[in-house]
Amino acid sequence: PGETSVLAGLYGPAEAKVSKELPDRAALEVLLRPKVGLPGVLERSREQLLRQTCEAVVLGVLHPRTAISLVLQVLSDAGSLLSCCLNAACMALLDAGLPLTALFCGVTCALQPDGTILLDPTARQEQEARAILTFAIASSERKVLMATTKGSCSVEEMQQCLATAQRAATTIFQFYRDSVRRRYSK
Amino acid sequence: RTVEPLEYYRRFLKENCRPDGRELGEFRTTTVNIGKCLCSITTADGSALVKLGNTTVICGVKAELAAPAVDSANKGYIVPNVELPSLCAERFRSGPPGEEAQAASQFIADVIENSQMIVKEDLCIANGKLAWVLYCDIICLDYDGNLLDASVFALLAALKNVQLPLVTINEETGLSEVNLKQKNPLIIRKHPVATSFAIFDDTLLIVDPTAEEEDLATGTVTIVTDEEGRLCSVHKPGGSPLTGAKLQDCITRAITRHKEIKKLIDKVIKSITPK
Repeated sequence: PGETSVLAGLYGPAEAKVSKELPDRAALEVLLRPKVGLPGVLERSREQLLRQTCEAVVLGVLHPRTAISLVLQVLSDAGSLLSCCLNAACMALLDAGLPLTALFCGVTCALQPDGTILLDPTARQEQEARAILTFAIASSERKVLMATTKGSCSVEEMQQCLATAQRAATTIFQFYRDSVRRRYSK
Repeated sequence: RTVEPLEYYRRFLKENCRPDGRELGEFRTTTVNIGKCLCSITTADGSALVKLGNTTVICGVKAELAAPAVDSANKGYIVPNVELPSLCAERFRSGPPGEEAQAASQFIADVIENSQMIVKEDLCIANGKLAWVLYCDIICLDYDGNLLDASVFALLAALKNVQLPLVTINEETGLSEVNLKQKNPLIIRKHPVATSFAIFDDTLLIVDPTAEEEDLATGTVTIVTDEEGRLCSVHKPGGSPLTGAKLQDCITRAITRHKEIKKLIDKVIKSITPK
């Protein structure tokens, strides 16, 4: 959303290295490359979040002993980077035609100092915000697949952000549908 | 148990209890050792050893002096580093830190930042010239699940134990003088406590998972609360989807756990403070 853009490339299911293969399911690997510099600890923790989110939706048991690699390259960062990565990852999974149990989308909420909730904040709004919450919402029953918070907030505020995020998820899923339709309608 | 671990666990979970005899909402025995006499690290400025059942985590804090960054001249640094050496569990190999260690380090850094446990401005000695750097090394000695809870607890206990010597800057020479005789304890503003849950089969939530339970779980949630009941961090790295109500349930349990841990820490601090 806005100027933040992430390029996602998905490779798989392909042959896995013997050291990495799992006997009963596909081994998922996520690589996140920042725009400048080498991947650091922050990228590693983001990769872990993305990997476990994808593992929850991808039906790995249909492709045992294979590897699925997802490479994300950050092209520009103007706020809400993590949810942009989540959306890119999901669309890549869709495009590759991998079997999924559900779709997911990433939504970022920023809690401003005066208490208002802002969706998809820009970099400036993120800095001014009291807390930033990122959720990955699944398409089935709008359940929470992944949650991360930065900054502290009260429990009620978190629930409010969650409800707002779930409502926003509907819009994003509609966007998924439109994009896929456009791609395959030719 | 070795052939069909999931089925073995399912049978226990149906009765609402776990193989080691705990209830679903029960924590393992928590013990903490703080300070130079009880804890092993004598070269560190602050140290703590935490045992959560079998999971053992030791944290050492060293304070050093450095020049602050150009863009934040009145802020010091806190650098947490989580290590999972190969002696703690057979799945960890020696070499560069694996993904789990790096993700844990990032998590701890986020918790410190989010909870404002230590305000970086407190670490500054002279604007633009000198500030404290706190290197927090968290090393896992025995990994039996629930690393994040134990690490956060160890960090908190170690920081409460840190005594910083008074540093003054000599106006004429511009050099710093360290007064080792006069020591002040670190100012800790908030006390965050982490509570981890494991999700089984999309429905069941168990608290304080062991390593076996973590492997079998379909997802994990970690919630960090501070004493005012505010959420410092909600960390749910993927795994089975949860409804908002279930998440609320976890948060309520986390707040209860916080009170227990706070009492434990206060008790231990009081017992080692010299009169």
